[in-house]
Amino acid sequence: MIFKKKELNKELKNFTINFGPQHPAAHGVLRLILELDGEVVERADPHIGLLHRGTEKLIEHKTYLQALPYFDRLDYVSMMAQEHTYSLAVEKLANIKVPRRAQIIRVLFAEITRILNHLLAVGCHAMDVGAMTPFLWAFEEREKLMEFYERVSGARMHSAYIRPGGVSLDLPLGFLDDVYLFIDQFNYRLDEIEEMLTNSRIWKERLIDIGIVSSKKAVDWGFSGVMLRGSGITWDLRKNQPYEIYSEIDFSIPVGNNGDCYDRYLIRVEEMRQSLKIIKECLNLINKGPIKSYNYKFNSPSRNEIKNSMESIIHHFKFFTEGYILPFNETYTATEAPKGEFGIYLIANNTEKPYRCKIKAPGFGHLQALNEMSKGHMIADVVTIIGTQDIVFGEVDR
Amino acid sequence: MKNLLKIKSLVKSVPFLVYQEFNNEICLVVSKNTLLFVLNFLKLHIGLQYKLLSCISGVDFLTKNYRFSVVYDLLSLTYNSRLRLKVFVNEIQSLPSSIKIFINSNWWEREIWDLYGIYFDQHPDLRRILTDYGFEGHPLRKDFPLSGYIEVRYDDNKKRIVVEPLELTQESRSFTFESPWL
Repeated sequence: MIFKKKELNKELKNFTINFGPQHPAAHGVLRLILELDGEVVERADPHIGLLHRGTEKLIEHKTYLQALPYFDRLDYVSMMAQEHTYSLAVEKLANIKVPRRAQIIRVLFAEITRILNHLLAVGCHAMDVGAMTPFLWAFEEREKLMEFYERVSGARMHSAYIRPGGVSLDLPLGFLDDVYLFIDQFNYRLDEIEEMLTNSRIWKERLIDIGIVSSKKAVDWGFSGVMLRGSGITWDLRKNQPYEIYSEIDFSIPVGNNGDCYDRYLIRVEEMRQSLKIIKECLNLINKGPIKSYNYKFNSPSRNEIKNSMESIIHHFKFFTEGYILPFNETYTATEAPKGEFGIYLIANNTEKPYRCKIKAPGFGHLQALNEMSKGHMIADVVTIIGTQDIVFGEVDR
Repeated sequence: MKNLLKIKSLVKSVPFLVYQEFNNEICLVVSKNTLLFVLNFLKLHIGLQYKLLSCISGVDFLTKNYRFSVVYDLLSLTYNSRLRLKVFVNEIQSLPSSIKIFINSNWWEREIWDLYGIYFDQHPDLRRILTDYGFEGHPLRKDFPLSGYIEVRYDDNKKRIVVEPLELTQESRSFTFESPWL
């Protein structure tokens, strides 16, 4: 038997594997088609939409108030931040002013939510990379924060607390004292988590110089939030386009140098500390006063009024079933959600339902850069990059 | 504020059809032939620098002649300003893909193709993105019913997922009343 030289030279083909949709490091239901050359990623093609629930379509069939709870369920680890954006958008269209106490409560909860989100982001990222302990500690703290959610709204996660015109209920007695106790001890918990990670050799080896995004690339890819700041661009909507009372509050924005995963981790930790500072300032600023707007078209009457007046009970019924009408108008409102710029493009057409509610989720924009960020890295680094992007599929798939 | 006035006057130098303003948000309607030129101009002009594309959204105005509108939300980090660009197309027209100007328009355009069925010329990879593999129709169009046309369930006898036409015991209802209040 004679071999021809041509036949002996086997051609090497790249290996294509399927990552997910059920994989603990996929943060939900991400399906990745990875093309590998040995262990090096040549191409990553994310297939999303496995958690698509048609939120935007459903919102078009609900009144403005009934659409609100859908926003809790988008990014299910930073619930109130999204309610907040939606409420701001509706308020802009309806031209409602929000009382100061409500604004402070909103900022307080927006920052609680930021800590809630970053704890999960850092904790899960650490677990994906192989450190189990910070995850457990982070979840203990998250539980305390979700208790705050529960005390104001009755629900641990999907609270529907921030509503167009204010917030749904006033803070319970002793609530602010407990928030103070929390922020007092949380700094130490953060130190503990940092002690485990920041100088850990393994953590640094896995994160430094992984998934580098230059500042130009970050802008090209339309990044926002931590992903943008990690690449050295000072951009935070709380500072640059302040809403609510952020312009009065003194806080700083951490910015990275190298644009790698380690920088973004450090930024997340620092942002949590800054959030604590903001919460503390909110506790000092908070005043007595109404928590809903005076405009009774956009406000349900209080329990007391309902018990005493027939008109109020009719208004209450009409308010929650029929809703209110917003005139022809449109807005693109964006806030600094924990994951980045969360935007709502809302079109009103003189009915009680939104004509169109486009949800700009930060994760959607970040995930499409996964291919470029992971090119040339090892397969294990893909997990690190997904972790650093802080992907949650509720918002990516909508 | 001074910046805003400057930008407003600069923005008007592009070939636009209609200039709109909603709650102090600048919005330009442009024709689909000039879209790419305008996007490029807004991105590169030194006095505007709309370098970051926040998102692209589609809207369906069912009864209009030009049924769909595609909306580009741009952000200028340098001048801290947002701008909205609108293009109107009808059902048989396509739009030029802006992927050469903004690389991140890739998925946003895929999403609009998926949910509205607006075709983007010269898009390198125009697949469905949010809906299921093999899905038919464009669900965010206003004439697509909220309940959809099919339902998916696990068949215990066949030991696999089956797709069947939708059967509802009660029709999905929409409560729209004329409000006596306004």
